[in-house]
Amino acid sequence: MPLLDVKHLQTRFYTGEGVVHAVNDVSFHVNDQETVGIVGESGSGKSMTMLSVMRLIPQPPGKITQGEVMFEGQDLLQLSLPAIRRLRGNRISMIFQDPMTSLNPVLTVEKQLTESIRVHMKLDKVAARDRAIELLEHVGIPAARDRIRNYPHQFSGGMRQRVMIAMGLACDPKLLIADEPTTALDVTIQAQIVELVKRLKEELNMAVIWITHDLSLLASLADRILVMYAGQIVESAPLDQLYANPRHPYTLGLLQSIPRLDEAQKAELKPVDGMPPDLMDYPQGCPFAARCPYVIDRCHTEDPTLEPVSDRPNHAVACWVKPNGAAVLETARAIAH
Amino acid sequence: MTTTATTPQTQTLVRIEDLQVHFPVMQGLIFQRQVGSIKAVDGITFDVRQGETLGLVGESGCGKSTTGKAILQLERPTGGKVYFEETELTAAKGESLRQQRREMQMIFQDPYASLNPRMTVGSIVGEPLEVHGLATGKEKRDRVAELLHIVGLNPKFITRYPHEFSGGQRQRIVIARALAVNPKFIVADEPIAALDVSIQAQVVNLMQKLQDELGLTYLFIAHDLSVVRHISDRVAVMYLGKVVELADRVALYENPLHPYTQALLSAVPIPDPTIEAKRERIILEGDVPSPTNPPQGCRFHTRCPVAIEACRYAPEPEFKDAGDGHFVACHLVH
Ligand SMILES: Nc1ncnc2c1ncn2[C@@H]1O[C@H](COP(=O)(O)OP(=O)(O)OP(=O)(O)O)[C@@H](O)[C@H]1O
Ligand SMILES: Nc1ncnc2c1ncn2[C@@H]1O[C@H](COP(=O)(O)OP(=O)(O)OP(=O)(O)O)[C@@H](O)[C@H]1O
Ligand code: SF4
Ligand code: SF4
Ligand SMILES: [Mg+2]
Ligand SMILES: [Mg+2]
Repeated sequence: MPLLDVKHLQTRFYTGEGVVHAVNDVSFHVNDQETVGIVGESGSGKSMTMLSVMRLIPQPPGKITQGEVMFEGQDLLQLSLPAIRRLRGNRISMIFQDPMTSLNPVLTVEKQLTESIRVHMKLDKVAARDRAIELLEHVGIPAARDRIRNYPHQFSGGMRQRVMIAMGLACDPKLLIADEPTTALDVTIQAQIVELVKRLKEELNMAVIWITHDLSLLASLADRILVMYAGQIVESAPLDQLYANPRHPYTLGLLQSIPRLDEAQKAELKPVDGMPPDLMDYPQGCPFAARCPYVIDRCHTEDPTLEPVSDRPNHAVACWVKPNGAAVLETARAIAH
Repeated sequence: MTTTATTPQTQTLVRIEDLQVHFPVMQGLIFQRQVGSIKAVDGITFDVRQGETLGLVGESGCGKSTTGKAILQLERPTGGKVYFEETELTAAKGESLRQQRREMQMIFQDPYASLNPRMTVGSIVGEPLEVHGLATGKEKRDRVAELLHIVGLNPKFITRYPHEFSGGQRQRIVIARALAVNPKFIVADEPIAALDVSIQAQVVNLMQKLQDELGLTYLFIAHDLSVVRHISDRVAVMYLGKVVELADRVALYENPLHPYTQALLSAVPIPDPTIEAKRERIILEGDVPSPTNPPQGCRFHTRCPVAIEACRYAPEPEFKDAGDGHFVACHLVH
């Protein structure tokens, strides 16, 4: 049984101007101790999917209109509010892109860290403080015993993200959801945080969901990748499959549009033309149809659902055509050389 | 495709000599006094060659934007000299500076912030033409339509407002505006950082196409080293207000000499799990020190994985040619 099993999740925002189709029939699972990457461009529904899972959607205007979120045998969407609150920050924790929005600027790190440890782990003040210091040392904050008395603004961006991670880990979660935890950071600091999370994951036996818009980042991090577009998962594949043989035209387009550090030629990049659809005016048929080089008639009327690729049980794609990505990438490479 | 990488163009368009921009740090409520300075740019020297793209990379706060602004005199340097062709910009004032500025334009990072939301696309792109007295009336409208066409936007958009466009389209508007005055030199400060991955390639391609067609010279500021490798002929790496390495693109990426460049490159992820599985990462310890008080000696020594005793107390390593125009500032590289 997977640790997390999401089925047919749908989230809408009811605004003055119209209904935003933010999360559309999303199904996926995360196994014990697995790292799943979610990649997609801005507005593709990555955050709203995970916020729906955590029941953190602002309501109104948002509403989870459909679906099931099974975690350790219970449907989170059916839990009472107090029950879901007990779970958050305990069995599941989430860390966000901008640590300043989730750290309280007027409280010391000690206050914020020990607070959640005391609530969830039922420890006394001294024990909670020891645990907090241990956590800060664990995430690589030097002189943790002194620094714990500091306020968030007294830390650098990378250190604040470490503090956030320490808070996320405070109660030994089974699942850590990291929503673009390194996007605001420099590459050298990003590399530090990635190494840190990889190490912690091993030590703590937890599963990780890592949200990003950077497909490159996941190549050293994830076991499996979900690609989102216009509020849908359009491709789900094991790490090596996704990069070597993507079967959805959008994934293929993304891979071809990003310049690589290990590729030297100064030829033209291959952009994905056009832009994503307006989620308030959701297109009929496949949401990628307007930008897709493989489009056929059927794409304009019928929306493909995520289905396994015939010969690969762990690889699923939402596309009528399912082009042979490996062959396309191979040809492109041959032309470049 | 440009050919500058294979046919070296040695003609210098912009020359920067020991450029320095220090911002004062003031203290006191009534009697303000200077208690220190932020050494945003702390003595850098390099050339930008006619027709090339010089990439400028480095971590947040290392002084990239300030360098770009100081070259164009949008931020007046506190030391050093900048030459554009024959003119010393750092000595130019008033009308002569204004004339020179026409030749040099800046594209800013955020296409949302750099467009006035209350102006139509037509007036945004046409404004520099009026400011410099280059065209009015029908002539101006025609030129604006032409500019929109050049950057791949429908000239019908002339009466629309910025909010009606996507990020990539807005960046095209910004580029059209920069091109209005026929500049020779463009400082592009993170022109694609705010755009989605699938859109970034559109803008990168556009910039390369315009360079080929109009013979533009770019200083391309970015923190994405993969994009910089793709677009640049030469690349300069900054750390804490200094350029620590500058070389031909191939030399820099395939044979980085400075320990900081090596660490920076090793931190960049590659979208290929088989390659990633084999890579050795150099993980730098700690954070970038404050530019108010850069470390003594080599300013990278606090994080340098190969620092030796001398790096801490010997004078700062000189930025010098290690051969074939590959400039490095490190005691261990000769
Ligand atoms: N409060 C809200 N009201 C209306 N629409 C919203 C609201 N919050 C989110 N949305 C919409 O839901 C869609 C999905 O947003 P989401 O934040 O999940 O995207 P994302 O993939 O996380 O993007 P990013 O990479 O920019 O963080 C977007 O179109 C967004 O505009
Ligand atoms: N007007 C100013 N007054 C005071 N300090 C400034 C000013 N402008 C920049 N600085 C400081 O100078 C240093 C260099 O800033 P700069 O904006 O040039 O960095 P950057 O390399 O462009 O960074 P980023 O990648 O974040 O854009 C930073 O420490 C910054 O805080
Ligand atoms: S279903 Fe059709 S439009 Fe959609 S991605 Fe596949 S080929 Fe393209
Ligand atoms: S001079 Fe010393 S500290 Fe500086 S980069 Fe070279 S080895 Fe490292
Ligand atoms: Mg998000
Ligand atoms: Mg900048």
